[in-house]
This record gives sequence, C-alpha cells and structure tokens, in this order.
Amino acid sequence: MSVFVNKDTKVLVQGITGHQAKFHTKIALDYGTNIVAGVTPGHGGEMVLGVPVFNTVSDAVEATGATASIIYVPARFAADSIMEAVDAGLDFVCCITEHIPVLDMIKVRAYLKGKKTIFLGPNCPGILTVDECRLGLLPTYINKKGHVGVISRSGTLTYEATYQLTHAGIGQTTCVGLGGDPVKGIDFIDALEAFNKDEDTYAIVMIGEIGGNAEEKAAAWIKANMKKPVIAFISGRQAPPGKRMGHAGAIISGGMGTAAGKIKALNDAGIEVADTVAQIGETAVRVLKKAGIYDECHTC
Amino acid sequence: MKIHEYQAKEIMKWYGIDVPNGRAAFSPEEAARIAKDLGSPVAVVKAQIYAGGRGKAGGVKLAHTIDEVKYFASQLLGKRLVTHQNGPEGTVVNRLLIEEGINIVKEYYLGMTIDRDSARIVMMGSADGGMEIETVAKEHPEHIVYEYIDPTAGLQPFQARRMAYRMKFPEYVISKVAKTMENLYQLFVDKDCSLAETNPLVLTADHRIVAADAKLNFDDSAIYRHPEIYALRDESEEDPKERDAAKASLSYINLGGDVACMVNGAGLAMATVDLIKFYGGEPANFLDVGGDSTVEKIAEAFRIMQSDDQVHSVFVNIFGGINKCDVIAGGIVEAAKVVGLKVPVIARLDGTNVEAGRKILREANLPMVHAMEKMEEGAELAVKLAAETKAKLAEGKEA
Repeated sequence: MSVFVNKDTKVLVQGITGHQAKFHTKIALDYGTNIVAGVTPGHGGEMVLGVPVFNTVSDAVEATGATASIIYVPARFAADSIMEAVDAGLDFVCCITEHIPVLDMIKVRAYLKGKKTIFLGPNCPGILTVDECRLGLLPTYINKKGHVGVISRSGTLTYEATYQLTHAGIGQTTCVGLGGDPVKGIDFIDALEAFNKDEDTYAIVMIGEIGGNAEEKAAAWIKANMKKPVIAFISGRQAPPGKRMGHAGAIISGGMGTAAGKIKALNDAGIEVADTVAQIGETAVRVLKKAGIYDECHTC
Repeated sequence: MKIHEYQAKEIMKWYGIDVPNGRAAFSPEEAARIAKDLGSPVAVVKAQIYAGGRGKAGGVKLAHTIDEVKYFASQLLGKRLVTHQNGPEGTVVNRLLIEEGINIVKEYYLGMTIDRDSARIVMMGSADGGMEIETVAKEHPEHIVYEYIDPTAGLQPFQARRMAYRMKFPEYVISKVAKTMENLYQLFVDKDCSLAETNPLVLTADHRIVAADAKLNFDDSAIYRHPEIYALRDESEEDPKERDAAKASLSYINLGGDVACMVNGAGLAMATVDLIKFYGGEPANFLDVGGDSTVEKIAEAFRIMQSDDQVHSVFVNIFGGINKCDVIAGGIVEAAKVVGLKVPVIARLDGTNVEAGRKILREANLPMVHAMEKMEEGAELAVKLAAETKAKLAEGKEA
C-alpha cells in the first residue's frame, strides 16, 4: 500500500518531448513507473523512449487508459495543461513547473472544484512511492521501502529528510512534495488524511516552512484526527519579514506565517519538531521508539 | 515587483480611479515648476521610495508657497530616509511626488491581495484609514471587512456596495466608492497584481473619493505579460548583489551577517541559515543556486558572496538530487581559479555523484577548502572559522 500513486497507476507525461521531461521520464521508467503515454501538441504519433506521444490528453487517455499525469510544461502554458488533464478526468495530476502566475493558479483552483482530480503542485518535486512509481524530480536512490510517509513543501528538504531516514534504517512508503507556491493543489491535511488511512504507513514526517498557515491548520487536524505519530521540521526560523525566501509562498507578511508560530502550534498538538535540519532523522528515531513502533519501522 | 507611488497613481488614473493632480520631480526646480502648474493653495511634497512609513519618517511635507515646495524638495532629495520598513540603512530619496492638497473629510483603507486559503482575491476595507492595516488587524480585527471574489464571476456590484456600506461611507458616495472598488479589481486582474492598496482612500469636502496614497505590487511570475510595468522598475531601490544574483538565475537575499551560505533548494537554504544561527553564527545571506547548476553559476555565486567585505567564511551545503556533487565541486575549484577564495570555504556535499565530488576537491588540494561529510559539523566549523578570520583581520588592522 501507499498513497496517491502505486505500481498500477497508468501515467502520462505532458510535455514529454522537452529536455527536462525526457531526462526524468527515463529515470521514472528505469524505476519501474508504468508510463503509458506522452502528450505534446504537434508531436502526436511520435515515440519518446518507447512511449507513444499524442496531441491531446483526451486522445492519450482514450488510447491508453491513463489515470494520472505528470506535467513538465513551461510556466506560461502550465495552467492550461493542468486544466486539460483535469478535464480528461484523471485521478491524479502533478505539475512541477515553477513561476506559474498566481492568478493562473487561482483559475486552476476554481476549475478543480467539483472535479474528482487530486492535484499536486505546482512548483513541487513531485511524488514517489518507493519501488513502484515516480512522478516528478525526486531522486530514486535515496529511498528504501518501509513504513514512514514524508510530506514536504520543499524539494531539497524532501531529499534531505528521506536520506536521513534511510540512513537511520527507516524506510518509506510514499514521499509527497507539496510545493512552495502560495496557491496550490493538495496541502498537508490532504496528504496527512491519505497517510492516516494507509495501512502500510505507521508514522509521518512533515516538513514545513514559513508563510501561510497550512502547518497551523495541519497541527489542529492532527490533534483531532491523527492516529499515527508525526515528526515535524520547520525551516525559516531566521527569515526576515517581508522577504521572499526563494519560494513564492515562503514569506512572512503582517506578522503571520512565522516559524515560531508554526512550531508552537505543532508542539501544542503534541508533535515533536526537530531543532535543526540535521536532526530530522534522529528526531524520527526517537519519536518512533517512544511510540513503540521503531522495530517495525526499522526496515533497511 | 514594486513600483513608486506616483507610478501606481498614474496606473490607477488609467482605470478611472480619482487621484490628486500631481507629477514626479527629480530636482527642487522641477518641484517648484510642478507646484506652480498645479496652482493649488497647498502642495504636498512626498518622498518616493518603496518602503512604507514615509510620513512618520519625515518624508511627506505640506507646503503653502512655491518657495516652501522648493525648500522641502531640496531637503528631501538625496536624503537617506529611514522608516520602520527599510532597515537602519534607509533608502536615498531620488524622486519626489508633488501633488495638490486635498480637503479631507475622512480617511479609509482599501486593499486587495491574494488569499491563499480560499485561492481567491480578497478585498479588505476599513474605516480606520491612514493606519497600518496590520496594526488595525491586530488591535481591532472587527474594524476590517472582507469580500472574497469569485475568479470566474469577478467582483460583483453587490459585493462592492456591501463593502462600501460596511466601511460606513455616507450614503451619497456609496456608488462612487463601489465604482472605485470595481476599477481597482479590474486593475488588479489586468496587471497581475499581488497587492493593490490605497491607504488612505479619502472622502473629500466636495464629495470625491480619492486615492490619496497608492501602492501596487506585481506578481514576479506574471511580469512577462506586462512589459509596460517591468519598464517602471527602479534599480536604485534594489540591493546590487540581489540584482546581480537574479541576472545569474540565483536566488539571493542579503541578511547582513558574516557566514555566507551557498545551498541548493529554497527549503534547504532557509534551513541552513537557521543552522548557522543555531551554532551561534550570523548568516550573511540566503542563497539558492537552484536545481541545474553549472560550474559558471557556482563561480558567479562565489563572486557575489565574496564581494561583501563582511563575509568571513562560506558554508557550502549541497544535497545533490538533481544537482550533481561533481559539478558543484568543479564550480568551487573554478571559483578558486577565477575569483579566488578570500575566506575559508566549508563544503558539505552529499547525494548524486558525491564520491566524484569529494575526489575533485581532494585532488584540487585547495588550502582554503575544508570538505566535511556531516552537515552539522560543517555548519559548526563555518561559524568557528568565521570568528577566527574576523579576529585575524582585527589583529591585522591593529598592527
């Protein structure tokens, strides 16, 4: 088991003829991802890495029965690509593209209302279910199969946390990179809810950062609903107000969205927060031991 | 992206929003000329810098004669204006806005921004105009009213009316206020704003609704759609290092300390800044080299970091997911050759091609470079070596 994607997910790649898309499609195929189609307008009928290319998402879905999409399309075309995938009725759509205009994402969010599609991103590293399916940019060699889920707003911190877990012998089920934009698809609570239901996941590591209030809301949700231990880390303790720290969403404004506020909310919900980025792995080990599930989680 | 008040007012005017008559001045003579043209009994001389809080900092003056306009203009131009928003160094005033005085009956606040939770544009209003909206939100949250705007339908007249009534405008200007809101919304979506604000929005004695102050911020990701807005950029308001970094596709923010950080990924870059502070150091910057680094980009990053005399060590913290450690290591070696390493460099490389990367550093045998395997040990060493460099420099100065 896992969340959102697995070995049976039939994946299509939007923008498959692009340089970055080809690079990551190759890695995903080597990892065993079930990629059934690619889409680039004007390239229908071609083959890329043995994958058939279609002009439209609807054509690709009709011909291959694809159920999920990974979007590698430049920012100015990305919102259109997301809506095309949603319109085709896919179950899961992920977009890694950075710098999509916020007003475009507002349109996308309105378009998603009432549709069945789960949307991850944009500006995110993607999702990886260990040894089964990879959508996006996540490096494959740092993951080992196990029972801890990872949720993060940042790409490199997802890698760093996963790497520390693997190093400590703690394998993972699925790693979900939510992305660093202010207006996005699924957030912490959606991913936590999925992991809460997944029988194979015993604990969750969540990595947040300054800006917005998703971590505070997640803390309240965890306190009310979560059956499994959660380990957290928040980056940006030293970020000055009003400065955007790389991610469009990582900004403290009007005294809201500070790391201190998020850490307090998490602590108040009984969640242990690692003091530094270097301590995510050891904090996880400590929490798992305290919860009495370390042995089951020590899988690699 | 930000623009100046006089530019924001010009754009608001295009959209049918009433603003005071006025123009930008770059010299006291020009200021006097504009005031003469305006011909109003009172003129306002306003320093044009991006930071808010100009009034309290002495950047806004009321003049009753042309000579007074000229005097205030000569006082303000070239002056370093320090407000609570722009830090102890302040910003040099290079341009002024000279405006007619208006007869104010009451001040209000009107703003629009993006609400993350609802993924909508939110309109905010308050009868407590002239005050900072953050202060109002903290002390009197009930004094702020909100309307969330459906992106497919846009701002509806009933919402604007409701907002105007809730802001307690007198009946005789309700439709004028509602029209101002609709115009501001149109501007917001047409120009991809991230913030559109007028504080105060004023009711005048002759029943006008005037944007007495104006602030427009734009979504950087959408600026490609608005070359006319991009052309308004004022480079003198930007940190020169942040500007150089942006040209090299590096994300850089000056933090003022002495331990420079070079990291891949915004999240890890933030966490690294935190880590330096955790070990008692003062981070000099946030620097994200991004996901597809080249040797040239890394070398440029070193040039920018070291251009600051205050930097006493550099902590390189790379987890190669997409980035490859051998490329980063190659970049450090190249930087040593081309730019020269002036301070100790502590390099923690892990992830893709880590062995190749470490080998490159070992073989280059650079005396200033310390390769570390553990992140926390690297951060600790960077803090320690920064202190040593600083002490050595101080000794050198004394001698």
